[in-house]
Amino acid sequence: MAHLNPMSVLEPAQDRTMILNMGPQHPSTHGVLRVILEIDGETVIRIMPDIGYLHTGIEKTCEAKFYQQVVPLTDRIDYLCPLTNNLCYCLAVEKLLGLEIPPKAQWMRVLLNELTRINSHLVWLGTHALDIGAMSVFLYCFREREDILRLFEMVSGQRMMTSYFRIGGLALEPPLGFFDRVRAFVNHFPEKVDEYENLLTTNPIWKMRTKGVARIAAEDAIALGASGPTLRASGVDFDLRRDMPYSGYDNFKFKVPISQDGDVFARYACRVQELRESNAIARQALDGMPEGPIKANAPKVVLPDREKMKTEMEALIYHFKIITEGFSVPAGEVYQAVESPRGEMGYYVISDGTAKPYRVHMRAACLANLQLLPLMCEGRLIADVVAAIGSIDIVLGEIDR
Amino acid sequence: MVGKLKGQFGSGISEASTYLGQNYFVVDRSLIPEFLQVLRDQEQFDYCVDITAVHYPKREKPFDVIWILYSFPRNERIRVKTLIADGETLPSSVPIWPTTNWLEREVYDMFGIRFEGHPDLKRILLPEGWKGHPLRKEYGIIQQDKEWVQINLGIESGQ
Repeated sequence: MAHLNPMSVLEPAQDRTMILNMGPQHPSTHGVLRVILEIDGETVIRIMPDIGYLHTGIEKTCEAKFYQQVVPLTDRIDYLCPLTNNLCYCLAVEKLLGLEIPPKAQWMRVLLNELTRINSHLVWLGTHALDIGAMSVFLYCFREREDILRLFEMVSGQRMMTSYFRIGGLALEPPLGFFDRVRAFVNHFPEKVDEYENLLTTNPIWKMRTKGVARIAAEDAIALGASGPTLRASGVDFDLRRDMPYSGYDNFKFKVPISQDGDVFARYACRVQELRESNAIARQALDGMPEGPIKANAPKVVLPDREKMKTEMEALIYHFKIITEGFSVPAGEVYQAVESPRGEMGYYVISDGTAKPYRVHMRAACLANLQLLPLMCEGRLIADVVAAIGSIDIVLGEIDR
Repeated sequence: MVGKLKGQFGSGISEASTYLGQNYFVVDRSLIPEFLQVLRDQEQFDYCVDITAVHYPKREKPFDVIWILYSFPRNERIRVKTLIADGETLPSSVPIWPTTNWLEREVYDMFGIRFEGHPDLKRILLPEGWKGHPLRKEYGIIQQDKEWVQINLGIESGQ
């Protein structure tokens, strides 16, 4: 048959096994992941993830846009951490352009990225706990997530698709009262993490469902390309913020939580610890927030202020040229990676010297992490598959792009 | 490292350079996968971050295939690039880094570059019966496999 139906049936390998389809519309597959299980009773013999349901061709679309028009597309890749994607793309293009980013913009980027990490981990914790049967954690997590979304709305006008970073700095000066609101959040957040931990960390049901489940050894995690908390929970001490600092992360002090167990509980413990560390980084960013400009001094790349655009001829010309023709970027290739909440998010940007990128490729942390799933689940129960999928914190938008 | 590898592989390494602080090699296709194997075994590049490709339709060898590697012991990243002609295949690096399984499938899906010895080389993001490889430059930005859409989705067009 020339055109295979996407729901093509697989034959079970043995008489006593059967094929079970899970997803793409299954509540615990976090989006539109489809997994095909071959089961013997309740035991999983084989598991085959099937991805691509959210493929939107973002890499192709990037090639048809000006450099600055790609920023909103990056939001839509990983919709739980848009600011991390904005940052990674901007850093890559800034590297090609050789732009110097003023300290205030760098600090703001760090602050917002850590809030994004908290936001993303809260969605993960709430839904992961919900999958395993702990309903109330979800309600608590989404309460704090709402606070963060309001902060994002305040600073960028959008709750989720923020597009707040620009090539060369930030879109706007943070509004009056923003830092006070962030400080209020940062001050009360650690006790909220205690609340979540009270519900889960010593809960015997939670421990039974997660300890020793879906274990991954460090060498397997490395060989299969895992990154982020999924890698660190297997005992590999690696965090791009510390080991290959970007956007001024070398000015911040923080611990990188690791665990040696490599099971679902270890990944849970790592991420919960990261909530506290991210909160601490956000506090440092607030305390040390420098004064000064939020955009690089590069009139050919960075849009002028509205006021200048209306009063100065030169600014008006630059504004017109950037909007209508974009700006050209020196030919070259660059790979920029940042530590997203899920692992190593990378942008490989190739310029041919024109105003549109020749190629943009995204390295998705989840794509590699999801490859661990068969190793995690084979030989275990179906219920553990749900725990395992939750524990690698996948976002299908990022996997399928 | 560069001197040692050049001694070992000679003129197969056509370029070993740095751009914006990022190191890369351009090597001859015939050195793949030995070169990658040496990088992992002798130079400790134990982590394959990504594989991707780029299409330059006007060149004699129109495809760049790029491996992005990282070494935990050295905390260092490098890129390996090789140029191939349309229809030319590459040996799979799944035996070197198992993570490349899906990455090579993605390159195959998007560019139609085949990897010899891959355990299960089929499309990964697009449906199996789809015609065309969308990240090739001749593939239009709104182009799609109309026939597939009509047969499988029962609609006239996906747009």
